[in-house]
Amino acid sequence: MIKTKDLAFNYDNQVFFKFPNINLKSNEDLLIIGSSGIGKTTLLHLLAGLLNSNSGSIELFGKELNQLSSHQLDRFRKNNIGIVFQRPHFVNSLTVKENLQLAQYIGNKKNNNRIDSILKNLNILDKSNKKTNLLSQGEKQRASIALAIVNSPKLILADEPTSSLDDSNCFNVIKLLKKQATEYGAQLIVITHDSRLKKHFNKSIEL
Amino acid sequence: MNIFRLSIKNIFNKPLSSAISLALLVLGIGIISLLLQLNSLIKDQMNNNLKGIDMVVGAKGSPLQLILSSVYHVDSPTGNISLAEAEKISKNRMVGSSIKLLYGDNYKGYRIVGAEKKFIELYNGIIKEGREWNSPYEVLVGSKVYQKLKINLEDELISSHGLRESGESHDDESFKVVGLLKPSNSVIDQLIITSPQSVWNIHETHDHDDEDEHEHDDEDEHEHDHEHEHDDREITAMLIKFKSPMNIIQFPRQINENTNLQAAVPSYEISRLFKLFGFGIETLSYLAYIIIIVSGFSLFINLFNSMNERKYEMALIRTLGASRFQLSIMIIFESLILTILGFILGLLFSRFGVMFVSSLMEESLNYNLNSFKILIEEYWLLVMSVLIGLISSLIPVIRVYKMNISKILADE
Repeated sequence: MIKTKDLAFNYDNQVFFKFPNINLKSNEDLLIIGSSGIGKTTLLHLLAGLLNSNSGSIELFGKELNQLSSHQLDRFRKNNIGIVFQRPHFVNSLTVKENLQLAQYIGNKKNNNRIDSILKNLNILDKSNKKTNLLSQGEKQRASIALAIVNSPKLILADEPTSSLDDSNCFNVIKLLKKQATEYGAQLIVITHDSRLKKHFNKSIEL
Repeated sequence: MNIFRLSIKNIFNKPLSSAISLALLVLGIGIISLLLQLNSLIKDQMNNNLKGIDMVVGAKGSPLQLILSSVYHVDSPTGNISLAEAEKISKNRMVGSSIKLLYGDNYKGYRIVGAEKKFIELYNGIIKEGREWNSPYEVLVGSKVYQKLKINLEDELISSHGLRESGESHDDESFKVVGLLKPSNSVIDQLIITSPQSVWNIHETHDHDDEDEHEHDDEDEHEHDHEHEHDDREITAMLIKFKSPMNIIQFPRQINENTNLQAAVPSYEISRLFKLFGFGIETLSYLAYIIIIVSGFSLFINLFNSMNERKYEMALIRTLGASRFQLSIMIIFESLILTILGFILGLLFSRFGVMFVSSLMEESLNYNLNSFKILIEEYWLLVMSVLIGLISSLIPVIRVYKMNISKILADE
């Protein structure tokens, strides 16, 4: 269950965002579409608990995010949420596999078999001992998906995962994300300005 | 994977910038530790050799030279004094015991000292192999000498005149090794010791070539009779222990004022020497502390820059669910690993330094310093290294605490 109500946010009393209500049953995925500067990333950060909303409420899996302390939010995030960023980020001193191991260490979910199976599933198992800066763009994107799902989150948040890709790659990535989400039993919320993705989602919201 | 391993990986990911801070720290810690070690080793060595010697009597000259030559056996003697005059002093009621020393010859740069047997007892010398000397030209050899020159019992040593290897050699004078001494960690380790009579014999045969041989066959116990027959016999110096420590103030002055001998008090001279040393050591250690402070700054700048470079990766780690505390620990580890490594390498550096200085001293002075114990002051260096690690990570840690993950990630 994912529910938001009257969510609003303003930066320094200057920029003011008001977001439509979201109401997702479990197993439902969502596409949030909006043009640049309309607060897409802000919404994603609110949903991930990286930002505190000024007004309104977010309820994720029975927890009211506004009522959690920052420490509880950290814990909630590591147990429930995986984020795929617009540009993939990694810990640069570590290999692909070590990045995933670090994520597992932070999430207290050590399991090397799972790492291997995810990497195999994403077709980058042979890169597992490479430093992340040696990966190609596509491999980086897949590795960042691996990082988002390695701790079996209940919700995957993806920020513009396809914005810089051509049609066929765009299709591949969104297929991959949906497949991973289904396979590992997670709900998927994709935030994008890319209208090509509309046809892949049953449910979408326009900002 | 854990935070500690992550910190290590981060350090090795930027080896160059880590290496610079590390090198500075190693240099600073190394210099201070080296100074501490040398200071303590030299003091130990000096004091060890000072035991039981309250005063040294010798020819007029520099008192420090007299001490260095007759207590530490490193400088040339100030000259010779007449045996008769020395005997007069040794019979003074304030004198507890006295040991006469005679120099003259060396064997391959190692001094041959004519001394009474008490001399060996003074340094707790123990015969490892062989026996004491019974007649002139028999010698006991100190541990460093026989180890270095591979001398065995029964070997014949042909001495050279003077205290340096290049001296004129007494072709006809050879000494017979009758005993080897156990290492005693004192000056006798680097000496070849014989009876006073041996030295007198050599130089008398030189001075009075046609004198009868039988006179020289006499042994130690007859020395006293000799004195009266040969009033012109000389010794180099006499080591004296007083009956009461009170005499140390009055008696040396009496000798210096009333006789043409010189009396020097080793403990005065050595503390004077250390004061001179001390100034140099202090200056150098200030320099080293400055280097350590610079290394702290370099460490801080290093961490600070890498925080900026790694802000996305920090934000990522936070979004994975790591707490601020875990991230701070990562930064503190990165800093502490470097400073503790710097401390360990610094100590290694200083030990190599001690070995190097020791080999130099051994070459020129036949002295060596060997001890690898950790001094209390070095534990303070460890505390200091840890503090530098903590202080230089303080500001980066505060920044991590204040980091706005959302803003960093939105900035991309």
